Amino acid sequence: MANDRVSLEAYRGQILAVVGENGAGKSTLMNMLSGMLHPDEGDILLDGRPVQFKSPRDAIAAHIGMVHQHFMLIPVFTVAENVVLGLEPNSPVVFNAREARREVGSLSQQYGLRLNPDDKVQNLPVGLQQRVEILKVLYRGSDILIFDEPTAVLTPQESRELFVVLRDLAAQGKTIIFITHKLKEVMAISDRVTVLRLGKVVGNLVTAETNPTEITKYMIGRDVLPSVHKESPNLGESVVEVRNVRCQSDRGLEALGGVSFEVRAGEIFGVAGVEGNGQTELVEVLTGLRPVSAGEIILRTGGRTVSIGNRSPKQIRELGVGYIPEDRRDRGLVLGYSVADNLILGIEDKRPFSRRGVMVPARIRENARKLIPQFDIRPPRWAVPAGTLSGGNQQKVVLAREFSENPKLLIASQPTRGLDIGAAEFVHKGLVEKRDDGAAVLLVSAELDEVMELSDRIAVIYEGQIMGIFDAGTVDENRLGLLMTGGDEKTHEQAIDLNAPALEAG
Amino acid sequence: MSLLSHYLLVGGSFWSLGIWNTLRQPLLWQTTLAFSCPLMLAAVGGTISERSGVVNIAMEGMMLVAAFFSAYVADQAGTAWGLGPPEAALAGVAGAIITASLIAWLHAWACIRFHANQVVSGMAINLLALGLTSYLYYTLYGSNGTPSNLAGIPNVHIPALSGISFLSLGSILFQQNPIVYLAFASVVLAHFFLFHTTLGLRIRSVGEHPRAADAAGINVQRLRYLAVILSGALSGLGGAYLALNGPHGLFTDNITGGRGFIALAAMIVGKWTPFGAMGACLLFGFGQALAIQVAGTTLGNFQLSVYIVNMLPYLITIVAVGGLIGRSTPPAADGLPYDPAEAA
Repeated sequence: MANDRVSLEAYRGQILAVVGENGAGKSTLMNMLSGMLHPDEGDILLDGRPVQFKSPRDAIAAHIGMVHQHFMLIPVFTVAENVVLGLEPNSPVVFNAREARREVGSLSQQYGLRLNPDDKVQNLPVGLQQRVEILKVLYRGSDILIFDEPTAVLTPQESRELFVVLRDLAAQGKTIIFITHKLKEVMAISDRVTVLRLGKVVGNLVTAETNPTEITKYMIGRDVLPSVHKESPNLGESVVEVRNVRCQSDRGLEALGGVSFEVRAGEIFGVAGVEGNGQTELVEVLTGLRPVSAGEIILRTGGRTVSIGNRSPKQIRELGVGYIPEDRRDRGLVLGYSVADNLILGIEDKRPFSRRGVMVPARIRENARKLIPQFDIRPPRWAVPAGTLSGGNQQKVVLAREFSENPKLLIASQPTRGLDIGAAEFVHKGLVEKRDDGAAVLLVSAELDEVMELSDRIAVIYEGQIMGIFDAGTVDENRLGLLMTGGDEKTHEQAIDLNAPALEAG
Repeated sequence: MSLLSHYLLVGGSFWSLGIWNTLRQPLLWQTTLAFSCPLMLAAVGGTISERSGVVNIAMEGMMLVAAFFSAYVADQAGTAWGLGPPEAALAGVAGAIITASLIAWLHAWACIRFHANQVVSGMAINLLALGLTSYLYYTLYGSNGTPSNLAGIPNVHIPALSGISFLSLGSILFQQNPIVYLAFASVVLAHFFLFHTTLGLRIRSVGEHPRAADAAGINVQRLRYLAVILSGALSGLGGAYLALNGPHGLFTDNITGGRGFIALAAMIVGKWTPFGAMGACLLFGFGQALAIQVAGTTLGNFQLSVYIVNMLPYLITIVAVGGLIGRSTPPAADGLPYDPAEAA
């Protein structure tokens, strides 16, 4: 059950933050408010009157609009077409493109959301695409605007701009419901907070009267978010060295424009950056999933020095590289296979799991029986399909497999994405353990907090370039955030000044 | 060496002369239009269906069933209901459109209501149509075939225009079957419908990103039904053309002979646009017309075969899908069933 007898209230002209861990039921709740899903029981009251939403059409008619986490935009349509879709300017048959452009233009002016109505959405940066989503909701005359994790895909700077917009909208009498799991945002933007845990409301708080620690307590049901205990690193020799590596994206554009760094044994090297700046390609190049167009990747494992650029994934894996992929459901697991079979993917042709091409089920089961308790995989059954496990337990299966091969280089890409705090903590501890065992760990994450918490050294990647490499503790979040958006030293002070009022708004 | 160049020179010059003479035949261009007509109707229909996100490879089956029922209804209308030839033929056309729409509805029902694999459903319909029409044909008409006095839709001469003698344009363009004109009209109308009407905008949104369309308050299922059934109706008209064109109608077993698949190819080569599909259909229609004209012609020792020419549409399709003549990208959600209850 995703939502169990949940009640929440939102007031006109206010910003209500709905917080909770992943899987707490925030999105389910909001999908019911926007008519995408239907409650099994209970009422939604609007201005005191009960309403029933059979489809998104009903919610729209009741002036409830949702800005979805995954944008509901049609990439090949223009801004204007996307905004008016489903509620086109009135003319019986012919689509009145001119009127659509005009209305969208004047609406974007009215709310200060600058956009060109004729731009194709697929050519817009994410921040502007979100504006299209907001315009869409406003165009429908929504008085209640629901934002589902709106900052997940934004840079810190774009987030600040969004907050200004949200404040403006609230000031104009709109009701804002803001779903997030980032407490900093809750404190900065909301008037009140509703906390969800495991599908239930566990707290209704006034932002001005609470603090992040209290909210966290409600969210995870225990006192504080434990930070990972970490000794200072015991550095060994360089395990992987990346020299001026270039590669192309799927669309044939340059994704990496000459990237250089090294990761040494016994350290966690974190790569921070807004998603889509070449992280995915970097990881793919290192694991042999994407061809290198220039440069060299040198791997030193087991006394051998090998250039691994353009080697096959299998060869690279056999050289002692472990890989926790960013999308475990896509690249990490075969969802229809049993947990036991998933635990030997990649080594299924090696002894003792296979002999002369014939699988040895007894060994495969034995391996699973050993790893399942060790990694606390639940339910502790080797025969269930991996697809039936929760996200956190799926990730544990990946971790168990990759860790059990004792990699010399461990590449972890967005390793805690979509995991609740408990599972994320497990992953973090595991990564630190591997580091302490002397593995080189490359951590790629869009969560800046995660990178800062775990890394011994931090690199910032922006548009396929490394913007800088820092020892942990010598750099603060603002500086990293600025580099993540391509800002350099000179504009640093200025940018902070410009954004200061927005920050203080909360 | 000298022998080879001799062949090339002599054979080549004969060949090029032959081509020129062939191209000057008005008949070649008349048959090009005639062959393109059913392809165009089916391909435009397929374009509408796939723009809504429902893969339609069942044009072959829809045309085949429609062709049979156009002949059957025209026959019944002429004999049992006592209608005159023009009315009987029109009744046949109506029967074709209705039956093909029903088949399309069946496809839509399986794909939309039950989230069936759209390629599998389409293929099943093609095979079902072949079996059904063969069975009905041999049961109802035996080995004699459809009656020789079956009402048909004759070509019409458009006054004044049909007399234009410049490049024989009059006889090529203005002495055609009415359904040929409808085919061209369907191209223009479908283009206007898809790209300039509100409904068209919505249909395309459903084919690109159904969840976004749903969130915008658009009824995804209903629009997909509409698009698929429209495609059935157009295929139906194409099927009626195959059976009823000319002074007398005629149905033969498997009369479509793969034209639905050529239409499918044209839809892809035409990049899912009505005008693109039209261009591809005219090209394929020209290829078929040419194949008949030059059948048996030899180039040196090489005898040109109709079968070789008939392979061309599919060859061009593979080249088109391979991206060699500009990328041919289907609508983003083409072939993907939409389940609103699936977690967003």
